[in-house]
Amino acid sequence: MNRQTVLSSSPQAVVARALTRHRFSWVDLLPWAVIALVYVVADTYVPLGTQVIIMIIFALSLDLAVGYGGIDTLGHAALFGAGAYGAGLVALNLSTEPITGLLAAGVAGAVVALLTGPLVLRTRGVTQVMLTLAVSTVLLEVCNAWKSVTGGADGLAGFRIAPLFGAFRFDLAGHTAYWYSAGVMAVAFLFCKVIVNSPFGLTIRGIRENPVRMQLLGVSVRLRLLMLYAMSGVLAGWAGGLTAQVTKVVGLDTLSFVLSGNALVMLILGGTGSLYGAILGATVFVVVSDRAAAINPFHWLFALGIVLILAVRYAPSGLVSLFEKGAARAFGRKSG
Amino acid sequence: MREAPLPALQVEGIRKQFGALHVARDVSLSLPRGARHALIGPNGAGKTTLVHLITGLLRPSAGSIRIDGRDVTSLAAEQRVTLGLARTFQISSLFPRLTVAENVGLALAARTGIDIRPWGSLRRQSAIIDEAASLLQSLTLLDLAHRPVTDLAYGRRLVEIALALALKPKILLLDEPAAGVASEDRAMLLDLLLRLPDDIAVLIIEHDMSLVFRLAQRISVLVDGAILTEGSVAEVRSDPRVRDVYLGTRAHA
Repeated sequence: MNRQTVLSSSPQAVVARALTRHRFSWVDLLPWAVIALVYVVADTYVPLGTQVIIMIIFALSLDLAVGYGGIDTLGHAALFGAGAYGAGLVALNLSTEPITGLLAAGVAGAVVALLTGPLVLRTRGVTQVMLTLAVSTVLLEVCNAWKSVTGGADGLAGFRIAPLFGAFRFDLAGHTAYWYSAGVMAVAFLFCKVIVNSPFGLTIRGIRENPVRMQLLGVSVRLRLLMLYAMSGVLAGWAGGLTAQVTKVVGLDTLSFVLSGNALVMLILGGTGSLYGAILGATVFVVVSDRAAAINPFHWLFALGIVLILAVRYAPSGLVSLFEKGAARAFGRKSG
Repeated sequence: MREAPLPALQVEGIRKQFGALHVARDVSLSLPRGARHALIGPNGAGKTTLVHLITGLLRPSAGSIRIDGRDVTSLAAEQRVTLGLARTFQISSLFPRLTVAENVGLALAARTGIDIRPWGSLRRQSAIIDEAASLLQSLTLLDLAHRPVTDLAYGRRLVEIALALALKPKILLLDEPAAGVASEDRAMLLDLLLRLPDDIAVLIIEHDMSLVFRLAQRISVLVDGAILTEGSVAEVRSDPRVRDVYLGTRAHA
């Protein structure tokens, strides 16, 4: 790496170097290489790949809230479901144009985050977990009861999605959906990367470390967390919106506790607070679930359980930590 | 036309009780702009509690707190900070997994209001980098800038002070700044405190009396949550009651 030169060891340079950042590196290209490879080599797995990509976006959203902000949530599906219903309702009533629907989904996720955040973010720990759970449950019940708008237990169906950019029809093989989702994931990943590198991102890390001191630096902690929660809501809304547009149905399961729980398992499996953990965890979780279910539709959870036990035993801080260790061994320890 | 200057910090009749336990009884303090005021007293006298009350981490049961004449008793802690009130913690309260530079960067970002900006990077804020560099240099922390605070064997106390100074406060509350500072660094610390800008009002809690006598113009003595006496350094030094409190004769009386 760069040797310290006389020039770069000015006090300013020392300080600048001591501010850590997430650099862009070859690792960032890996997911895209995999996405392209699946498309070329294993065409039949494109629909599964789309599911993986959507869950990656959702896990990234959760990583912002949990991994960076330290918000304890078991109700993140509330934001996902808001996006799904948002996109579905727009397609049914306003416009079948996919980007419009997706933007609406992001807004829906952010709005639910902004409305429920003041309640949820007042608390921490177990109380916060219970409140997030309550919020998503209430939202689910509202969608269940409000049949005229949400379709109740039947959900929303029978909507069309117009061709992407007016040119690419959403085909049965799911190719358009695949690349569309991959594009959204690229935007989502960049969004996260910019946020965590920004002064706001540093503030969020400060809040996770020591909220009281942050307050005594003059920072309105709750307002910053609300901003973060809204940003997380945009991404979760996108993930939900994509699900709606790709599957062309929106059901109550988009708001379910199971979805919130699964997303949390994905994130913890991959590793929190690094963005890469969300990508890796969601991929492993969705692929293992799908393959195990294909092999044995009755006992597929068994395979997932084994993966989790192995992860807890050999990579308690997430699968990403294995890669970090491997890289450290391969390239020697790097400092700074 | 000159108005009588309002005190930078005015504490009036502050009372705080936890159940039957009175931790602050009618405490009043007034710090004009540029004051160097020491608060001394035996352990458990309620000195840190008073700092918590002034900063807003605790709510008083009665009494008022004014910054530049403005009543801040009902304001949240972070709002008081934006009015110019900064403090250090007796037991250092930092961001352990962040580097020393990031700790200071957080404070500077908070003061300049760019902490809310979700794009760009602190690295490219040259004004902040410059200020952080000179602050760390003046506190001899530059060599430690890249180290996470949790790795520091010493120097956390100095990082505490760096955070408070980074806020460019009008009122600075120092809660035992010399506790845990190695003796060879104390001279540097004292020198630093003596060189604080003249317009900052400083309230310092400290057990190191040589430091208190060098720094303070006025001293308040807090015993059992109440002000026993307040006066100039000479007055307090010669007050027999203060000597009793510190030498413990009161307990035998």
